[in-house]
Amino acid sequence: MASLAHIIIFTILAVVILGSAILSVMSKSIMRSVTFLLFVLFAIAGIYFMLGYTYLGAAQISVYAGGITVLYVFAIQLVSKRSLQGLTERIKLSRVLQGALLSLAGLVTVGVVLLKNQFIVKAVAGSIEEYDMSQVAQAIVGSDKYQYVLPFEFISVFLLACIIGGVLIARKEDKK
Amino acid sequence: MFDFQIVTTWFDNLLRQTLGLGDFWSILIECVMVGLIILTIYALIAMFMIFFERKVCAWFQCRLGPMRVGPWGVFQVLADVLKMLIKEIFGVDRSDKFLYALAPCLTIVASVGTFSFLPWNKGAQVLDFNVGVFMITAISSIGVLGVILSGWGSNNKYSVVSAMRGAVQMISYEMSLGLCMVIAVVLCGTMQLSGIVEAQTGPWKWLIIQGHIPAIVAFCIFLIAGNAEANRGPFDLAEAESELTAGYHTEYSGMGFGYFYLAEYLNLVVISGLAAAIFLGGWAPLNIGVDGFDAVMNYIPGFVWFIGKTLAVIWVLMWVRWTFPRLRIDHILILEWKYLMPLTLITLVVMTACVSLGLTF
Repeated sequence: MASLAHIIIFTILAVVILGSAILSVMSKSIMRSVTFLLFVLFAIAGIYFMLGYTYLGAAQISVYAGGITVLYVFAIQLVSKRSLQGLTERIKLSRVLQGALLSLAGLVTVGVVLLKNQFIVKAVAGSIEEYDMSQVAQAIVGSDKYQYVLPFEFISVFLLACIIGGVLIARKEDKK
Repeated sequence: MFDFQIVTTWFDNLLRQTLGLGDFWSILIECVMVGLIILTIYALIAMFMIFFERKVCAWFQCRLGPMRVGPWGVFQVLADVLKMLIKEIFGVDRSDKFLYALAPCLTIVASVGTFSFLPWNKGAQVLDFNVGVFMITAISSIGVLGVILSGWGSNNKYSVVSAMRGAVQMISYEMSLGLCMVIAVVLCGTMQLSGIVEAQTGPWKWLIIQGHIPAIVAFCIFLIAGNAEANRGPFDLAEAESELTAGYHTEYSGMGFGYFYLAEYLNLVVISGLAAAIFLGGWAPLNIGVDGFDAVMNYIPGFVWFIGKTLAVIWVLMWVRWTFPRLRIDHILILEWKYLMPLTLITLVVMTACVSLGLTF
């Protein structure tokens, strides 16, 4: 019976994800597109919670809530006034066809990868081992073989460089 | 110590064994029940907070506050709520109606979401993840989206500017707020909110005593940052009608504005509740290591302790609100980025050093 609840929740989330994704691409107003993208990302976080990956779900919500905020600000500041009000954007059939072709290519790629690495077969047979959360966390900050402290630190240095670059660009020149 | 789990287990057994319902139906019924209870408490606390704010404000200004409707004006709130409910709702010309309607909902989702994390009593909390503290910051950041969307959806340039102000203020202070919680996590060794409270039971175990100086500094920063995060004075730029043409919710009326109003008061409760739970021991009673005294204190149920501590913190925050003059936006940002955040980082380092050297009580 618990699986019935799972199926119902999954169906709701899937409908939200697909519907919002289509609305996000088809919407004429950029602010609405960004809002629908927000729904897609939050519904994906919902799927993480359903699977029990609370940490990943929380990270998804916090990262993308901030990310979408930045997108809103970008949209308000960088997009011209006419297209912000949805006056110039039109939905062209050729664009829709291109998008459909691209998403089909993406679907085929994901499908081939899934079939190739036998994930579905293994998942049905139940032979996929789940890692404990503490094991994953230790692997990220550990310095042994197959542990990832170096890339972790490298990413932090990289992000720091990005922040400094951003501050330099945003800084007003001192008046001499 | 009264354990609320007795009640929940009894209800679960009632559904599963006495009524013989399966997993699916019993979980569904429990979820609906919990949701209803949370929303009811949310609305009732909002009403209580409006009254409390009016009275505290009046006392700080040496006046009486509402006195005419009912004894000490207790029914004034009902009249306010009625007014809010029956106000005419009108849209703004040529605005994006969908985003306009969505914004208050996002704000209230963030507020109810964080509200559900409060530990009311031993075994009485709705959401209790192992990444609890991180999850609270994640959900509270949805509120920023509500602010930006309400500003944009209003089709009013003052609202957009105000939304940008509100968003930059909330994003900035989230930093200090999150770091203060990290300081508590360093001391407790867990992010789970029930675990944090559990670590504070026992004589002289409240975090603010356990972690002495760095914990007290973190508690003060948490209150300041929380005050700013909840858009409360002296950081309440959204309320500055005369100087700034009010805030991002200028164009809302009726329950649209009501949602922002509710969320503001409940965010105050959430911030105070979290401060009480993380630094003042939540439902943990005051124990001083003397058996007789501790036994008496343990007889007082946990929710009384929690509500008492939360009310005390709320009172302090209201005191601050009605005492200090309002800050300008650049002062607000300078306060955060040049003073509070470096101070929080230093406190974090000091706390980590204290914990690793065993210098805590």
